[in-house]
Amino acid sequence: MTDKESKEIQVKQKQELTSPAEQTQSGLIFTPNVDIFETDREITLLADLPGVTAENLTIDLRENILTLTGEVSPFEGANEEDILIEYEIGKYHRQFNLSSLIDQSKIDAKLNDGVLRLSLPKVEEATPRKIEIKAG
Amino acid sequence: MIYRKFFNVPTWGLSRPFREFDRLRRQMDELYGAISGGALPMPSAGVFPLTNVTEDNENYYVRAELPGIKSDELDIQVTADGISISGERKISAEGNGVKYHRREREAGKFSRLINLPGEVDVNKVEASMENGILKVTIPKSEAAKPRQITVK
Repeated sequence: MTDKESKEIQVKQKQELTSPAEQTQSGLIFTPNVDIFETDREITLLADLPGVTAENLTIDLRENILTLTGEVSPFEGANEEDILIEYEIGKYHRQFNLSSLIDQSKIDAKLNDGVLRLSLPKVEEATPRKIEIKAG
Repeated sequence: MIYRKFFNVPTWGLSRPFREFDRLRRQMDELYGAISGGALPMPSAGVFPLTNVTEDNENYYVRAELPGIKSDELDIQVTADGISISGERKISAEGNGVKYHRREREAGKFSRLINLPGEVDVNKVEASMENGILKVTIPKSEAAKPRQITVK
């Protein structure tokens, strides 16, 4: 394998969200592509969210379920007519189950050029304690 | 007459010989839609990046979703009737000792040529990157703009 040589990106259709629950809102919902990796100290999540601004992105973490929701406002002008349409725009939504305990006060999120970088530091493990057993 | 008898065969619906094929194709489409979770895939040229092209009276607009790509990593060239977008998406390595759970974002080179339906003014093309969306505004040439004619 020669990883040095960069390969060509293969085209990938945006994945529409298939949820078991019925949608109660109109509009399309897509699942963003993500990278998730973990070190000893933190979990990092990178998500492609083109068109989402920082104000329109909601990150919610409760009971180990992380929810990302990104709103995208339609960007076409009113008088524009379609010539070629290969992708549609819509909301982004995705949920993750996190296995380790996350220190909620140290979560850090950055959104740059449509890519979210979310750092989720793990809770410092409680220092192991030795329990003395007294002879009765 | 013998040919009349031949063509008046009442069964099989020979007047619309392809009706059956049409129905079959529709059923296949429905089946495919059910498997893929609703919408049929959008028609596309199968080349990254996926591109939307629109127009109004003055301009053509070319838009593509390119998250994480800086404007200086893109090469955009416009000719009289087309535009080429090429570049490379880099995803930097995250160091040793990281354990990946998911890896869906892709890196690599890309190059795409799009033909525009009319002539354009190559000197006034503007491109911008905003939140990972590329937008190229390409003014139509004077000859290609629609003109309203008043009837006297």
